[in-house]
Formats: sequence, C-alpha cells, structure tokens
Amino acid sequence: MTNSIEELRGAEVIMVIGSNTTEAHPQVARRLVAAVDNGKNLIVIDPRRTAISEFADIHLQIRPGTDIPLLNAMMRIILDENLIDDVFIEMRTENFSSLRDSLYTMDLNELIAITGVTAEAIGQAARMYARAQKGVICYCLGITQHICGTGNVESIANLAMITGNVEQSFTGVNPLRGQNNVQGACDMGALPGVFPGYQPVQDLETRKKFERAWKKSLPENLGMTLMQMTHSGRDGQIRAMFIMGENPVLSDPHASLVKETLEGLDFLAVSDIFLTETAELADVVFPAASFAEKDGTVTNSERRVQLMRRAILPIGKCRTDSDIIMELSKRMGYRMDYEDMAEVMEEIALLTPIYGGIYHDRLEKDWGLQWPCTDRNHPGTPYLHKYSFTRGKGRFVPAEHHPPDESPDSEYPFLLMTGRVYHHYHTGTMTRTSEMLEREAPRAVLEIHPDDAGSLNIRKGDMVKISSKRGSIEIEAEPTTRVMKKSLYTSFNFRETPVNILTNPAMDPVAECPEYKICAVKVEKVGHNE
Amino acid sequence: MKHYLTTCCFCGCGCGLYLHVTNGRVVGSSPSRNHPVSRNNLCVKGWHIHEFIHDSGRLTRPLVRKNGTLVHTDWDEALELTAERLSGTISTHGSDAIGVVSSAKCTNEENYLLQKFTRAVLSTNNVDHCARL
Repeated sequence: MTNSIEELRGAEVIMVIGSNTTEAHPQVARRLVAAVDNGKNLIVIDPRRTAISEFADIHLQIRPGTDIPLLNAMMRIILDENLIDDVFIEMRTENFSSLRDSLYTMDLNELIAITGVTAEAIGQAARMYARAQKGVICYCLGITQHICGTGNVESIANLAMITGNVEQSFTGVNPLRGQNNVQGACDMGALPGVFPGYQPVQDLETRKKFERAWKKSLPENLGMTLMQMTHSGRDGQIRAMFIMGENPVLSDPHASLVKETLEGLDFLAVSDIFLTETAELADVVFPAASFAEKDGTVTNSERRVQLMRRAILPIGKCRTDSDIIMELSKRMGYRMDYEDMAEVMEEIALLTPIYGGIYHDRLEKDWGLQWPCTDRNHPGTPYLHKYSFTRGKGRFVPAEHHPPDESPDSEYPFLLMTGRVYHHYHTGTMTRTSEMLEREAPRAVLEIHPDDAGSLNIRKGDMVKISSKRGSIEIEAEPTTRVMKKSLYTSFNFRETPVNILTNPAMDPVAECPEYKICAVKVEKVGHNE
Repeated sequence: MKHYLTTCCFCGCGCGLYLHVTNGRVVGSSPSRNHPVSRNNLCVKGWHIHEFIHDSGRLTRPLVRKNGTLVHTDWDEALELTAERLSGTISTHGSDAIGVVSSAKCTNEENYLLQKFTRAVLSTNNVDHCARL
C-alpha cells in the first residue's frame, strides 16, 4: 500500500476495485465504513454485490474481466471534461502523450458497452474520483488474478496519476495484501529474481555484495516461479522440493496437475503445523512451531514491520522453521549460527536498504516501523512517493482490453469466480479447527443467479456438479442476486469442495499470476442436501 | 494468566493482539487498544486465533515415508535424510533440479534464512512463494 490503513479515514473519495473488503480485510473495511459515516464518498467496482458495495454511493457492477475498458472509459471522460491534474502530470510523470493518444483512439461507447454498466454511472464515478482533493484507490486480487492483471494495475496507476491522486497522506493506490506476511516474504527475496529488498540477482554488483556477506558464490540465472515448479507435470525439470508452510495442492489452480507434479518428484520435504493435503504427499514432514511459539517479525499490507512474540514453548517436539533451515544448512556443510532472530534481522538490515534501520529493539518501543526505513534514525514511511516515485517520474503505460483466457461457450456456459469467506482463512487448515468458526461457515456454497437456478430447476440447498475442462466438484447451490446472470461464485477455503480443481492456470505473462477469477464451467443438478 | 502482545497470523491487516496464556496453553485472545490497525477491535478469526494452536491435529513429531506410508521418526533422521536427498539431487541432476517454496505465513527472518539457504547452499534461485496466487 502507498498509504497506511488508518489514513483511509481521511480520504474524500475512496474507490474500491476488485476487493471483497469486509470478508478479506475486515480492518480496512472498518475504515471504509467509518469514512462513509463521516460523509465521505465510496465507489465500489465489483461484478458481485458484495457487502461493501451496499455502503457505496456508486456501485459499478461490471462484467468480470472488464476492468481495463472501465478504467479507460473513466479516464477518457476525465480527459474530455478536462478534470486532469496538469501540474502533477507535468512535474511528476512521463509518457502522458501516449496514454492520451491511446485514449483518444478508443471509442467511448464501445468501452462502456464492454463493461455492461451505464454511461451515466461511469461518468458519475469518474467525476467523483477526479474532483476529489484526496482520492484513494484500494484494490485486491479481483484486479491481479487475471490474465491481464498487469494491465489492470497499470490502468489503476494511470487513473491515479492523471488526477494527481498520489503523494499525499490520504491519497494513493493501495493493493491490499492477502497473507499476514506476503509483503515480508517478497521483501525478504523469497522470489526467483531478487535478493532481499528487491535487489536483482542478475545485477553483478548486488550479487557480489551478497557473495561477500554470505561467503559463497551465488547463482546468476533467474529461478523458476512457483507455478513453473508446481505445474510442470510428472517429468518436470524439478526433481526435489522443500515446501515451507504452504498448501499448493489446495490453493493453486488446476490442482490435480499440482498433485501429479508433486507425486512425480524424487523427493519432497514439507514443513507445516498440520498434515495438509500437500504434506500428505511428502517423504519427510517437519512439525513446525506456530506463530505463538516463536519470535520474529512480519510485515503487513501497509509495509509495517512488527514483532511476533513467543507466548508458549513449541508444543510436542515441534521446532521453528528457522531452526529447521539452520539445521539443514549445517548438515549440508554451511553453518548458519544466529543467537536469535534479532541477529538475523541485523544481517537483513545490513544487506537490505529499505530495511536498513529496522532492528528488533526499535520495534519493541512502538507499533513497528514502515519501510522504507533506511537507517537507525529514520522514522519509517507512512506513505510512499512523497516527492518522487521510486523510478523518478511516474510512467504512463496505456493498456487495452484483453478478454479472459477462457470465455463461456455452449459447452461451458457459465463464468466462475473464486474468493474467500469471512470466517475462514485460505485453505482452512487453521480456522477450520475452531468449532465456532466451523459452526458459522461449515461449507462452501455456489452462488448462482435465481434466474439461472430456475432454468436449471435448482433450488437452495440442492447439490450441483460444476465442471470445467480440468475437472469437476460437487457443491451446494445458493440462488442469490449477489451474482449476475451467467456468473457463479464460490470460495476456495474448503477441502471438501476443492474449487481449484476447476480453475484455469493461464497466467498474466509479466506477474505470472493465474486467472483464478475467471474460468468457464457448466452446472448440473445432482440431488438435494437435507 | 499472562498476556503476550503479538501480531495476528491471518490476513495482511496485521492486527496487534494479546494471547492469553495459562499453564503453558493459549486459552484466548484480545485486541490491543492502541495498535494503529486493530484499535481495540478484532475480526472473528482474531478472536478465535487461540483455537488452532492446541488442536489435536497439530503435527508434533517428524514423519518419514517408509514403505509408502508416513510414520513417526526423530528429528535426526528427518533432517539427515532431507540433507542427504537434497545433496543427492544436486549431484545427479544439478542445483536447478531443486525447488523451494517459502511462505507468506512465516516470519521475515524465516523467509530470509530460507532464500539464503536456497541461494547459498542449494545454489539455485528456484525460490518463490504464494504472492502471485
């Protein structure tokens, strides 16, 4: 996020796009509702009638996968009505002419027709956002989990920049990060192309710096991404894997291929707190300590690095993941001797400029530090891009509509979207052990429009079979107008209905983020759930 | 009862919460009043965060596959076997035949150590996590 969560209260206009905020980010949703209570304006863009959309001044219920035409239409209207921020564009950005030219070549009516929303509503939203002194955009996986995810994100950046809605408090672009430490795992270089702090592995100087610090020569070729590793099939290039605290068998698209890939390995080691569907396939399973049993830091969506403190000793014979890694390393001839996690963080600070001032003793005193925090006296950074963007000037990159990889056809006439429920977390390994949470949300349901349900003779509680080209699952139907006609929605949190058997592994070519949000399926009634 | 201030392990909001501990067991949780994100509030998952920690399904001993089934073993065997098999894969197929998946659920320090282990010990950049998913 370019801003802090608390700052959302102070924005004049908040635009939420592709985020089921009340269910996935309850604390962010709380700020949105508070802002609406204080008379601020809320625009929600989502193909579903989500809970947060009920609070919105304007809800643009666009067809799934039409974010780029919508954002382009908004920008075209802003341009036509001269609501752009000339000064900001002139001083802080480059390549505006290419965006302008690209928008002028598009037919506004055509763009509007693709989205399925009225011209009035789009114009109203465009004016509301462009006229705000302090406008904030929040987006989530509804934007990124598309084959054109990069174009979606660039279009959001374009919209924020032509209206000058960046660089101040209460003003910016905020991707809401999903997992508690997905930001930190990226920051720490658990990515195939970068060392900690996004320093490229292919940069010679950077590699030399890490070679000196780690006293080892380091590989220079780019590594494989998770999807390349888990979707290569039985005879892929990867022969052995170590998976720490993830459950790709349930969480990755085209799950049956993931399972086949992992089963085809010569060796698989998994470290986890439960025997997950992935751990069941392993040759060695390490029992890991949970968050309550270890010290360390995590980085939240607003880049806030915070302490996790050990409350109890590891249960049974569990050990922390850091212990497991250090032990393995020692047995493979490379000693990693750290007194504690504070010492690991000292090494991180030395090698990672954006974490340069982050030390455990500083985190003890306050509510953590927001990176970039470059030295011990740096107070941290509540919002980004104050005087300049990371790369200097903000670059406009025009984007055009890119239809989904898989569109409904006569055999698979419905479009399936996936997401999360409020009561459970991800593949449910943790939250589904709670009786209360299980009572509140014991199963996934398939949301289907009442008209579609009617024509297939499906009533609430009926069991239906949904199938894509890749497989099928059975699930309970819930007719509701939350979804549009011909579109379906369900959550991936439940192992009994492993919806990722159906989802499409087609990816955005740059981000390699798969298109979880759209796949073509058919629906058949199979019975009634008593 | 003791209260330990920590950070929630579920979503990217990162609430500050207290774990309530009695006799070595986490028995409850409550929000931090002044934490800039939680501000005396937790979602339903945060209020029930203690429940999975002592769940009977928790793995408490290392497992190793023998004759097709996972059986209990000790740490020494589990670690030694893993080190051996990873080294063996490197010598037969090369470093790039190993893939490592790190975790958005683990700490910064653990992610740092795992990518360091992958790059410095396994000599490959094949390390990623679920950020794209």
